[in-house]
Amino acid sequence: MAEHAETETGERDQRVRFYQVGSHVVGNRLLDPEQRTVQARMDRSNTLTSGHRACRGCGEALGARYVLDAAMRASEGKLVAANATGCLEVFSTPFPESSWQLPWIHSLFGNAPAVASGVAAALRAKGREDVRVVGQGGDGGTVDIGFGCLSGMFERNDDVLYVCYDNEAYMNTGVQRSGATPPAARTANTKPIGEHPGNAFGQGKDMPRIAMAHGIPYVATATVSEPHDLERKVETAIGLRGARYIHVFVPCPLGWGAEPRDTIKLARLVKETGLFPVFEAIDGEVTGVSKIRRRTPVEEYLRPQRRYAHLFGEHPRPDIVERLQAIADRNIREYGLFGDGSEEEVGW
Amino acid sequence: MSAKPYAITLDVGSSLANKTGSWREERAVYVDRMPPCNDACPAGENIQAWLYEAEEGEGGYERAWRKLVEDNPLPAVMGRVCYHPCETACNRGQLDEAVGIHSVERFLGDEAIKRGWQLERGAEPSGKRVLVVGAGPSGLSAAYHLTRLGHAVTIRDAGPMAGGMMRFGIPRYRLPRDVLEAEIQRILDLGVELELNHKVEDVLEAMREGGFDAAFLAVGAHIGRRAYVPAGEAERIVDAVSLLEGLEEGEKPLLGRRVAVYGGGDTAMDAARTARRLGATDAVVIYRRTRERMPAHDFEVAEAEEEGVMMRWLSTVKHFEDGKLLLERMELDEGGFPQPTGETEELEADSLVLALGQEADLSLLDGVPGIEVADGVVEVGPNMMTGHAGVFAGGDMVPAERTVTVGVGHGKRAARHIDAWLRGDEHEPPLRHELAGFDLLNTWYYSEAPRAEQPRLEAVRRASSFDEVVGGLDESNALFEARRCLSCGNCFSCDNCYGVCPDNAVIKLGAPGERYEIDLDFCKGCGLCVAECPCGAIEMVPEET
Repeated sequence: MAEHAETETGERDQRVRFYQVGSHVVGNRLLDPEQRTVQARMDRSNTLTSGHRACRGCGEALGARYVLDAAMRASEGKLVAANATGCLEVFSTPFPESSWQLPWIHSLFGNAPAVASGVAAALRAKGREDVRVVGQGGDGGTVDIGFGCLSGMFERNDDVLYVCYDNEAYMNTGVQRSGATPPAARTANTKPIGEHPGNAFGQGKDMPRIAMAHGIPYVATATVSEPHDLERKVETAIGLRGARYIHVFVPCPLGWGAEPRDTIKLARLVKETGLFPVFEAIDGEVTGVSKIRRRTPVEEYLRPQRRYAHLFGEHPRPDIVERLQAIADRNIREYGLFGDGSEEEVGW
Repeated sequence: MSAKPYAITLDVGSSLANKTGSWREERAVYVDRMPPCNDACPAGENIQAWLYEAEEGEGGYERAWRKLVEDNPLPAVMGRVCYHPCETACNRGQLDEAVGIHSVERFLGDEAIKRGWQLERGAEPSGKRVLVVGAGPSGLSAAYHLTRLGHAVTIRDAGPMAGGMMRFGIPRYRLPRDVLEAEIQRILDLGVELELNHKVEDVLEAMREGGFDAAFLAVGAHIGRRAYVPAGEAERIVDAVSLLEGLEEGEKPLLGRRVAVYGGGDTAMDAARTARRLGATDAVVIYRRTRERMPAHDFEVAEAEEEGVMMRWLSTVKHFEDGKLLLERMELDEGGFPQPTGETEELEADSLVLALGQEADLSLLDGVPGIEVADGVVEVGPNMMTGHAGVFAGGDMVPAERTVTVGVGHGKRAARHIDAWLRGDEHEPPLRHELAGFDLLNTWYYSEAPRAEQPRLEAVRRASSFDEVVGGLDESNALFEARRCLSCGNCFSCDNCYGVCPDNAVIKLGAPGERYEIDLDFCKGCGLCVAECPCGAIEMVPEET
């Protein structure tokens, strides 16, 4: 991955780096092809191929392809995916079509981690531990319905990489609140009315931290706006054995009331505001954070989304925006997301 | 009854059968837009294209230089003396600092000289002969382009050396003469004939005698404009153009220790800085308006000040007697025009240099039918042709900004029109693309990168020598600087569109440079590729319903 390569070659003339585009773009003709992202490759797996029925600008479709293409490459094509019910499954496999170009098994809404554990056990029994297993689902299937199975998978340290594509609500069934829905967000059942419009403050689950509390070998968060970072984390995870968890932030244009073209922008802003800390943890301990490059007030992230429209407009609620900003500020403090030099200075 | 089990009555297939392109209301279309640097370049250089080649480093420098000299045969000169309007226009200026285009251009120009890269001739001989009058930037540029187009060119210049104002107007501390000579020689090596000390008195006569099919006039503006300054007989008054020209021809002008320069343009700065180098302890520029209203470029004024040149703003020279200048203080009126105040002061001076502008010697056009002269310059059409068929003109003798770069641009433009005219044709310049403005960029993808600064000679050494003041970038700096280019409006193969499409509807056609295609079978028209294209090279176009 690019940032690694640059750190390794740090002895070379520091001034001749890839300043034209840094390492933020998918590819970079000035980089060695091996250091570009998997997504830049003409031979990428396209594990999730065209013709799927995801909405325009779907962040989850993008996130799933990023993760699985990277996992395919890291596992040399020996990969099985168990997929919870949810948007990702519904839009990719309407009978009799499938968009999946890897061995893929559909589970119930709540048992994808258990199915993945079972697949891993079966492979072990067959002596095929070269084949790697990914379990995946949306935030509903992960933090709510599949939570028990996932916790068990972690606790047993089953040899599965579980990936949660977090779009912060049950989108497939009509945008209902999940345990991952952020405070103040409007969903079908958290109406933007009354003194406390939208989702309540002080509820919900911080799944990456819960995963870390299990002491599993690897936990990471990522967004679809930084493919280099995301792919490096997938590659790291595939390189390890035992229970691993990656939580990928994937904007949902439909459920959030955002422009399809803004999917990546929102993923970028959620990190730059500090609302979604991007980090990794080994054996339950945070070992690295992605620093904020251009610190941004939460308002810039909230405004383009109609699920937060009630905070602005005719009867604005600066008090609520302030509370959301406080969450971001707390993340920044707690994870050390800002300062100590920009990304550029720490090896980008 | 189907033999198949329940719920598997249909064969399983790929979603590729589902052409989601039918959802689309808008489609993504790749475009090429005009980068602001190219748009602003008076020489019409394709700056972005040569920077792109240079970004590859060692392997790309010669390609970059060849791309550059397609438009401008004098990059080492240009990289030193051009006032780089490209950098003023550069979008990167709104991000951190403009790309140092001139410094990369100079690096490439110097590399070419160092490595002996030669220009290429180009087209087959046309059998046509063109007379170029004046061996300055415009004439040399025209000669080069005409030669590449297959025409036989003879340059005649009244002076003893080629280069025009590049030699006789720009001091050597800004443009070392070995650099100038190397680039001129390279043009002559293409087979351009140069006749020095050959003043063309009558252009039509010269064309007839020499059997020329067309002429390009670029005699420049070498006559210093005089202002009447009442002065004692003993007082030394020279004009800046003659001063700089004489110096170049080996004269040692005696200016004395206290030199006053009257004027506010770049030539005034050059004269004052030259005076310092010739030993003047005091060099004072006298200008009737303020610094803000001075026509000289900021960096010229700053460098002059660094070298100890002093400025007297809002002053005019009333008369000069007994080694004393009488200055009158001026005031700007509401329209910004200087008005006398009646207050005077004295300034001791051994000599007064007039730098009040230059005029063109148009005597070679006397009696030529059709020629129109207005404000001392020759009128030309958009094709650079004067009112007399077959006689073209450019550079300082036509109405335009008087810079080397404008001259080079005129030479190129005239060459293309002369070529067409000689073929009984008309040259149609290609349509200009829409400008790639800053708002079309997604600047997130560009890393912060401060500009690479060129080294500068210490001020102490500047005051005593004509050594070059501004140094060149070295290889690593130049590469760094080239890579700061944002590639505004034109794809640079970053793969972002290919990577960010949730529908895999962007087809990557091959290696970098081979670009991409939208797969309209599956493009849903989300616009992510457009939003995430760093350089604004994709746009959304509504589908026809």
